[in-house]
Amino acid sequence: MIPGAFAYHRPSSIEEAVGLLSKLGEDARVIAGGHSLIPMMKLRLASPTNLIDLGNIANLKGIREDGGDIVIGATTTQHELIRSDLLARKIPILRETSLLIADPQVRYVGTLGGNVANGDPGNDMPAVMMCLGATYEVKGKSERCMAAREFYQGAYFTALEPGEIVTAIRIPVPSAGHGYSYEKLKRKVGDYATAAAAVVLAISGGKVTTCSIGLTNVAETPLWAEEAAKIVTGSTLDAATVKKAVASAEAITSPASDGRGPAQYRTKMAGVMLARALARARERGGA
Amino acid sequence: MATSQVSMTVNGKKVEQLVEPRTLLIHFLREQLMLTGQHIGCDTSHCGACTVDLDGKSVKSCTMFAVQANGADIRTIEGMANSDGTLHALQEGFREMHGLQCGFCTPGMIMRAYRLLQENPSPSEEEIRFGISGNLCRCTGYQNIVKAIQFAAAKLNGVPYQEAAE
Repeated sequence: MIPGAFAYHRPSSIEEAVGLLSKLGEDARVIAGGHSLIPMMKLRLASPTNLIDLGNIANLKGIREDGGDIVIGATTTQHELIRSDLLARKIPILRETSLLIADPQVRYVGTLGGNVANGDPGNDMPAVMMCLGATYEVKGKSERCMAAREFYQGAYFTALEPGEIVTAIRIPVPSAGHGYSYEKLKRKVGDYATAAAAVVLAISGGKVTTCSIGLTNVAETPLWAEEAAKIVTGSTLDAATVKKAVASAEAITSPASDGRGPAQYRTKMAGVMLARALARARERGGA
Repeated sequence: MATSQVSMTVNGKKVEQLVEPRTLLIHFLREQLMLTGQHIGCDTSHCGACTVDLDGKSVKSCTMFAVQANGADIRTIEGMANSDGTLHALQEGFREMHGLQCGFCTPGMIMRAYRLLQENPSPSEEEIRFGISGNLCRCTGYQNIVKAIQFAAAKLNGVPYQEAAE
């Protein structure tokens, strides 16, 4: 399969990339790892006439601490997330999630920025970012920050305006000793989730003091299950509470029936993934 | 159609060529450099038959444009044998342990296993299986592929290969 013809640009700074994007207009696309865009171009589902490669922009890469946040450059790869000692210590759910994305070769090339900015409801990081309360740093004609929880509007449809590029992902570091889990049901290595759930919580004196929940691939957008998290907060994660939270999370899903199963099944699996993620997060959170 | 000049190192040799931007790296390797060792299997970044080693990463060359690899250092199966013509430990492992049947996936398997062993010289069986999870064998010959990689790891570590009890 051979993509349509395009002109290739390889800027060496963010400013140059943004300038090209605004000059070349709507037929231009940015490419990072390309593992969503190139397959679409090969199928001719996308035919940009100009491709702006972000791969040569050094300050789009890297993982650093900034006060109580961790800031990850948009073109940092899943492989680099997995290898980061800093992330393993501070936000281990990112490593756990990255290891469940695609396969080793794809993780060497696929980027965090592409994963969160593409708007594909099958991508794993968006729900995790909603769970963590991350913000996306965006550059176009001006700079702005967008909350992950307000970023996703539909399948492949986000709050990103034409001419804008996600440059970094800023994540508030959860409290030390927090419990976390990303539970993903998939048919095989490399598949998107049938359903998946992200949980980050803190436990004190046997009770959940804070909790946040994200759900992957069970709606047109990733979901932040605010109500379910509220139900859990203050509880000891007893069976009755978990059951209520699972029902609340299932109620906000609206998955498609597809090769991964009928909609009702995928909704139930979102509930199962959430129950498992809560149990594992509880274990890790020291309850 | 406009072409771009690319230069890269492939199997230790400097190459300079003109390519169309839309030329995929696997097509560049196979059709312009005539390095037909890496195969096009699924053409959808699932099967791993096109895997090459690129700047210390295993990459599916059907899902990268040649222009993106400008300046890169690439290794394919053609660059794996030792300079005296003897086989690389992985190639030897695949031969000794019957790690191939039809052979279609083998170059991709070996290039992926090469990077895996660079990063983890003594992987467990589970780590090998996880490490090659982006490579499919249509003959389903995974048992012996795992053994072939274990054989190579042992040889590279200078220890005798011991087959695990089944």
